[in-house]
Amino acid sequence: MCHAAIIGNGIAGITAARRLRALRPDWRISVISGESRYHYSRPALMYIFMGHMRYADTKPFEDRVWADERIELVRDWVTEIDVAASRLRLHAGGTLAYDKLLIATGSQSNRFGWPGQDLRRVQGLYDLIDLHTLTENMRDTRRSVIVGGGLIGVELAEMLHSRGVHVTMLIRETDYWRNVLPAEESAMVSRLIRHEGFDLRLETRLAEILDDGTGAAWAVVTDRGERIEAQLVGLTVGVSPNIDLVRDTAIKAGRGVLVDESLRTNVDNIWAAGDCAEIVRPHVERNLLQQVWYTGKAQGRVAGEAMAGVETRYEPGIWYNSAKFLDLEYQTYGDVRPNPRDGERHLWWEHADGRKGVRLVCDSAGVFIGLNTMGVRYRHEVCEGWIRDRRSIDDVVAQLPQANFDSEFSRRYESEIAATMREQTR
Amino acid sequence: MIELRVLSYSHDEERIGFTDPPRATPRPINIGERAGMAMLATGAFAFVICGMAGVRRGSWPALIASFGLITIGGCVYYWRRWAGSTPGIKHDGNTFNNVQTRGLWAWGLAIVITLFYIAYYWYHELKAIGMPPVLDGTIRLVDPLSLALRGKPADQWFMYSFLYTLAVLIFGVRMVMKYRHNRYHLIRTASVSFFQLGFAFLLPGILVALHQPDHYFTYFWPLSPQPLWPGDGYGFGAGKFHALADKGVMGMFILGFSAFMFLLATPVLTYLFGKRWYCSWVCGCGGLAETLGDPWRQLSDKSTTAWKIERWMIHSVLVAIVLVTAFLWIDYAQSGAITGTWAMPLRKVYYFVIVQVFAGVIGVGFYPLMGSRVWCRFGCPMAAALGILQRYFSRFRITTNGGQCMSCGNCSTYCEMGIDVRGYAQRGENIVRASCVGCGVCAAVCPRGVLKLENGASSEGRYEGVGGPLPQLVHDLRNPPVAQQAEGPARIAQTREGTR
Ligand SMILES: Cc1cc2nc3c(=O)[nH]c(=O)nc-3n(C[C@H](O)[C@H](O)[C@H](O)COP(=O)(O)OP(=O)(O)OC[C@H]3O[C@@H](n4cnc5c(N)ncnc54)[C@H](O)[C@@H]3O)c2cc1C
Ligand code: SF4
Ligand code: SF4
Repeated sequence: MCHAAIIGNGIAGITAARRLRALRPDWRISVISGESRYHYSRPALMYIFMGHMRYADTKPFEDRVWADERIELVRDWVTEIDVAASRLRLHAGGTLAYDKLLIATGSQSNRFGWPGQDLRRVQGLYDLIDLHTLTENMRDTRRSVIVGGGLIGVELAEMLHSRGVHVTMLIRETDYWRNVLPAEESAMVSRLIRHEGFDLRLETRLAEILDDGTGAAWAVVTDRGERIEAQLVGLTVGVSPNIDLVRDTAIKAGRGVLVDESLRTNVDNIWAAGDCAEIVRPHVERNLLQQVWYTGKAQGRVAGEAMAGVETRYEPGIWYNSAKFLDLEYQTYGDVRPNPRDGERHLWWEHADGRKGVRLVCDSAGVFIGLNTMGVRYRHEVCEGWIRDRRSIDDVVAQLPQANFDSEFSRRYESEIAATMREQTR
Repeated sequence: MIELRVLSYSHDEERIGFTDPPRATPRPINIGERAGMAMLATGAFAFVICGMAGVRRGSWPALIASFGLITIGGCVYYWRRWAGSTPGIKHDGNTFNNVQTRGLWAWGLAIVITLFYIAYYWYHELKAIGMPPVLDGTIRLVDPLSLALRGKPADQWFMYSFLYTLAVLIFGVRMVMKYRHNRYHLIRTASVSFFQLGFAFLLPGILVALHQPDHYFTYFWPLSPQPLWPGDGYGFGAGKFHALADKGVMGMFILGFSAFMFLLATPVLTYLFGKRWYCSWVCGCGGLAETLGDPWRQLSDKSTTAWKIERWMIHSVLVAIVLVTAFLWIDYAQSGAITGTWAMPLRKVYYFVIVQVFAGVIGVGFYPLMGSRVWCRFGCPMAAALGILQRYFSRFRITTNGGQCMSCGNCSTYCEMGIDVRGYAQRGENIVRASCVGCGVCAAVCPRGVLKLENGASSEGRYEGVGGPLPQLVHDLRNPPVAQQAEGPARIAQTREGTR
């Protein structure tokens, strides 16, 4: 009997395990993960902390599913992959031999070597370990500084704020997440953040974290020389693939574990998927490193098929993502750059209340290539169809009402949006 | 090398979970909230004094001092409480709050509501065995209102319906403030409040004043079976058919209306809009669940086992009401006795067990322990009938927005009917479930905008390739629910009309 071992019970590892089970009813499948026994939804971390859901509510499947599908769950850390012997060494002791292995170890929070970054009460937000630490750190925390203005930064800010902690956010860019969001969206979110009472410091970097004499943080110093009191320092400056396990092994890694389009590593019986995988594609110069939930799910599925020996290939498809900044929902489809590239046109509509906006993007030939929505929900299928079918921007403007996905009785702005957009295309 | 911090982590998330993180500063309580609370407390105090004193006859000043203050205080409190935060989903602390997590306060509250129900439902029986007259004082308190509305003094039923309506209105204010960013909830809450106040409180009162039968126009067979049971209305849970048939035009109208609602309006409206047209827009039980019950909606059980129990229980009650009704008429046809002979005990048992104990005492009394829709989910025969229509003959569904779900679980957690919404959403499937009351909360709480309640163009797309409603029904009868077998495909849902 073939034994497939999977390291990591995140969305990539778990999707692979279930796909593999569907294809190979008689294999032995084990999932080894150190963070939790069961798979849970990582994006839901904030809701556990804020008291919207219990940990148990964030588990996407009932516990009985794993027994039903004969997927063995092992809660332990893998400390070493012995590639030559096809064997894993586990932290709690013992080894586990495999025939096929999937590495789905996710990401790690970045730290850029700041003085004081290893002090107590300095932390990131990635996993249950961080959540646990944060809960403990809250005991002494009245003021906090969050470094980095990405999605996780604003989530951490919201979490702390919900517990009455004062939040200062240090952001390198000229506006919130300006390296990803176009100017208007970025400004909109910044406005909301300030409205919520967070102290948003733009174009400011962290220089140093100060020790209170007991090995814990008490303040930070910025590159402008300001000192800001903080009993808690959140470092949310992005994540990098977690490749701890493959260092010093025969498995090749760049930024992530290097895999081909069927997610196989350079070692024959080892695959990698999800946040930790870096996909090398023929004829494409840039390797693909995708670190979101949806891509983890899609890659996990492909990895499961590949391990089963089925002919398969990961195709990235049309990009989409969504997020929520405080009360503001955001969706993006296709190719929306923070700044228009040569010949590209960005059309922007913003509601007078400053809490809703839609951006349509077309290339120099007037072909629609992507859109952003803020505070408005659009239909995935419709937006994707426009991009896939290379519709003209005029068509898209005319068909906007088809895309609206807001709840019934919501006010609709599509005619106003269309009018604004037409003015801009003229 | 893996960090030591990581290797040494051994928290037991299954057993201990994650506890209430300490607060840096207490949540600020604004002046409006304080004023509301002060009025509430004063009103409650006046209520207790009047109740205890066993007043003989109510007066407007006493009514205003007690219920008037309670109402205004409650509304002001919730208004200012939610106005203090920006519009959007604010569920902070729900899982730590004692009264919302089956803590001591929840048990206390459940016991109080349960006792309240028992005291009002079995008022005469309890009085006969010597219940102290505390309730009488509180009933007298609402005399002025009852006299003004109905031209006669209050009784325990008037009092009950008065309190029920107040609860819907006060917590309706809470609901409106909490979901003020979402027009579906604003309009829906206005609708349940309107039907409760107008059709379940004012109209029956006016009918009494006009010496007409006091009918509740928002309840029909099988939820409220009495008008279509033979009987003259006297006796425990007695039918009212003959009493109504004797009441001239109004009586005939009520009978006609009941039959029309059940036979024609219900299937048509459910085809067009799903069972929500009734369950979360009109019905009084639903109205209370959607207002007073909102703080406890997350307590519903989401397990597959609960779903199986639900299927058995609710359909058994539907079968029971059909049988009891049929037997009563057969009995009447045989014996000619409108009070019934052999079928009478069946009626009494049904009335006691289902209408009183299940719908009332458990249905509402257990809000803080089992969530707000226990009755609607496990017991209501109307919901069972509407559910069958919704599952097989309706355009209504909840559409999943492509592959946007990130399995966070907010939708399932806050589904009061215990539907594992996420189970469908994460597979990119639309949600077509008999039990969904269309409250719209799953769609409102989803942080990624994945869900939308919709009336499709037709009822297609809900038969999973087995062809049509009947084959689907047979298929569902043969295949009880199973824990999700999904291998979580990253397939993009087809949200176009008619496909799923
Ligand atoms: C706070 C937060 C919010 C997010 N929100 C969103 C969002 O809204 N939308 C979105 O698309 N994405 C979001 N993401 C990103 C998303 O969660 C990740 O892309 C996704 O979880 C990656 O899945 P994965 O399976 O690749 O890895 P992970 O989910 O990271 O799983 C890896 C698992 O591997 C285990 N592991 C690692 N090393 C070892 C070892 N040596 N031995 C044993 N086990 C090991 C870990 O225990 C971990 O459970 C968010 C991430 C965070 C941190
Ligand atoms: S599925 Fe959604 S709309 Fe239906 S009952 Fe549950 S929360 Fe309400
Ligand atoms: S549908 Fe929305 S609320 Fe439900 S699990 Fe998915 S993302 Fe979360």
